[in-house]
Amino acid sequence: MLPLPPIRYLAPKRLRDALELLEQGGRGRTAPDGDGAQRRGPVLPIAGGTDLVPNLKHRLLDVELLVDLTRIEEPHLRGVREVAGHLHVGALTSLAAAAADPLLRQRHPTLAGAYRQIGSPQLRNMGTVGGNLCLDTRCTYFNQTAFWRAALGHCLKRKGTTCHVVPGARGCVAACSSDGAALLTALGAEARVEGVAGDRWIPVESLLQSEGRRHLALLPGELVTELRVPAAPPGRRAAYEKLRMREAIDFPVLSVAAVADLAPGGACRSLRVVVSALSARPRVVTGLGDLVEGRPLDDAALERVAAQAYRQCHPLANMTADPAWRRAMVPVLVRRALRRAMEAR
Amino acid sequence: MKESVRFVVNGDPVEVLVEPGATLLECLRQDLGLTGSKQGCDKGDCGACTVLLDGRAVLACLVLARSVEGRRVTTVEGLAEAGRLHPLQEAFDTQGAAQCGFCTPGMLMSACALIEENDQPSRQDVREALSGNLCRCTGYTKILDAVVKAAGEVHQARAAPKGGGKP
Repeated sequence: MLPLPPIRYLAPKRLRDALELLEQGGRGRTAPDGDGAQRRGPVLPIAGGTDLVPNLKHRLLDVELLVDLTRIEEPHLRGVREVAGHLHVGALTSLAAAAADPLLRQRHPTLAGAYRQIGSPQLRNMGTVGGNLCLDTRCTYFNQTAFWRAALGHCLKRKGTTCHVVPGARGCVAACSSDGAALLTALGAEARVEGVAGDRWIPVESLLQSEGRRHLALLPGELVTELRVPAAPPGRRAAYEKLRMREAIDFPVLSVAAVADLAPGGACRSLRVVVSALSARPRVVTGLGDLVEGRPLDDAALERVAAQAYRQCHPLANMTADPAWRRAMVPVLVRRALRRAMEAR
Repeated sequence: MKESVRFVVNGDPVEVLVEPGATLLECLRQDLGLTGSKQGCDKGDCGACTVLLDGRAVLACLVLARSVEGRRVTTVEGLAEAGRLHPLQEAFDTQGAAQCGFCTPGMLMSACALIEENDQPSRQDVREALSGNLCRCTGYTKILDAVVKAAGEVHQARAAPKGGGKP
């Protein structure tokens, strides 16, 4: 049995109230309790709970107050809608609803498909698009019970001073395990970030940071409330490939998102390849322009892209799957993704 | 400090005092005595605690009890009606789909969510619907057989001119 730590729980109906609670927590203060007593301690948002609850059960985070977002009534937090050609996806949209959404499936079938591959049916019914993007980073030395971690010695990400993956490392190399994050980065999507001070749109690529302990560029008290996926131009080809230990449910041990835009004759206008589940930030493979632009994405081009990705990606021993195998699978997944993207029409 | 939560479980309105950190699974098993939903991994991997929340399969070990205020929960105890087993329960029995039985309540609830939505599922549909439920005994084959059989019966009952609808 894995009991949750003692917490307080509030479920505001207005976004403003939720943001105020989170902001007060971010500044080390929390709202007065029913008896008027001021409590101090971290305030965390919770929606689907599929990432946060196991992490709290494992004592991976400190929390005093959970702010349940699922009762918030503002409509922009739910569902998929089109605004000026771009698709907006509310952060509270369940992964199951996003995977089944007719508009998302029509405009960005690869993204709907990636959501469909996450976890199990139960987890997709609970988990949200926003929570998936903000998923805490994972590591084989971190996602363990408190007992397990104490026995080995605590790591950088939680209470400790050493990294068990890279001895001597000063930064945390826990990995991004979000399927959405990799593909949204490749699609050039943006996230709307709201806080008491106002809201802003930032590219998903800049929201996600390389430090495993602070992998989101959010200020204390800020929330991701919706995503904006830019309209796909004609000639768009996209695919997402995911390597995992159990196909039915697991997080990726490696994933590749590929988004190509082709000219009417088939020549490649632009290609973005993102490799994820390496460390905290999905890696955008660089230097692809010179390799493929203006040319067809034939087998020779695929080999050049696969070799480039292989050179730039270095999986670490932060997961149970062997890093050498994961590295060997980088070009394999890149080829598979590109082939599937070219077949999809 | 315990707080009150009111919801509907298997058709009955209940009010329970729970710690804010209590999960729905703890509330069902310990406070309401509904021990059909099983505690397996307690972290969302095994599916033994699957219940329906407003008709959708969820993992009760990851749901805060406080968060189900005003919602409708169905557990395995709510499948049988008026002393008659649900076709899924009958089929699990006749097809030999349960061995140790620990995963069975979760399997039944995932299958129930599927059949409510689609009473003519392909074998692949059933596999996908049950992909979040682990079984260490059966090898799954007889579970798949049972769900396909029960779905057929539910479909026939719904298609029948009288006595259709929910079996």
